[in-house]
Amino acid sequence: MHAYANPARFLKLARPLTPVFLIVGIALVLFGSFAGLFMTPPDYLQGDSVRIMYIHVPAAWLGMGGWSGIAIASIVQLVWRHPLAGVAARAIAVPGALFTAICLVTGSIWGRPTWGTWWEWDGRMTSMLVLLFLYIGYVALANASDERTSVSRATAIFGIVGAVNLPIINRSVVWWNSLHQKSSITLKGSTIAPELLWPLAPTVIGFTLLFAAVVLMRMRANLAEAKLEARMRRMAAA
Amino acid sequence: MNHWPFIIAAYGLTGLGSVGVVLWSYIAMRKAEKAAGSLERDR
Repeated sequence: MHAYANPARFLKLARPLTPVFLIVGIALVLFGSFAGLFMTPPDYLQGDSVRIMYIHVPAAWLGMGGWSGIAIASIVQLVWRHPLAGVAARAIAVPGALFTAICLVTGSIWGRPTWGTWWEWDGRMTSMLVLLFLYIGYVALANASDERTSVSRATAIFGIVGAVNLPIINRSVVWWNSLHQKSSITLKGSTIAPELLWPLAPTVIGFTLLFAAVVLMRMRANLAEAKLEARMRRMAAA
Repeated sequence: MNHWPFIIAAYGLTGLGSVGVVLWSYIAMRKAEKAAGSLERDR
């Protein structure tokens, strides 16, 4: 891990990976979405609205996965003082917030024809909304400092404490009565019919690669801005 | 109830958001790397 503590070494890896993640991600998302929209049968109970699953599930995965990434990067920053951990956490925050918002909006749109309501203040939806507010708070805290190559100690602690919400989101459909279904995909298998399930793999992998490409691009932008600022400061001091 | 307007709205918003964040990040990266590179050449 410390081999990539050097930004130059990290950039040597990030530069070729960014377009690969971006192009493969876009191709998989387009293929999975097309398959989900036109190549699968409607669900026997939900009808065509089940097709929203192919974007709603990857968005939920990335919203929660993004905060897991922030929490891990924050621990790495505080414990090992890895110089790129803060850059990574900062870069994850905006796409993480975006995919959490997409999850909430697509879930609401899916809920209207399925449950007859756009919104219900139940455990799953409320805890996911709390995650969006946590992301917004994290972005505000991270931007409160001018430092580009790290986040403050308080921001890193916020990133770790906020992870408490992740198991609450995961278990919310078990702990409380909810309109939201219980987990359909677990380590034990899936309760979704295989003819409906298969396009989910390309969209989940595709959106994950797209997310990774966005994080790499934002890390590269922050590192370049930090380099520029450092040079300007040196020139001003000389 | 016809579900397709809901499906189109969900996919449309997801597409807009995804394209938006990719473009924003790409432009910010290109701009920052170009500025850092030009300063390096001027040294």
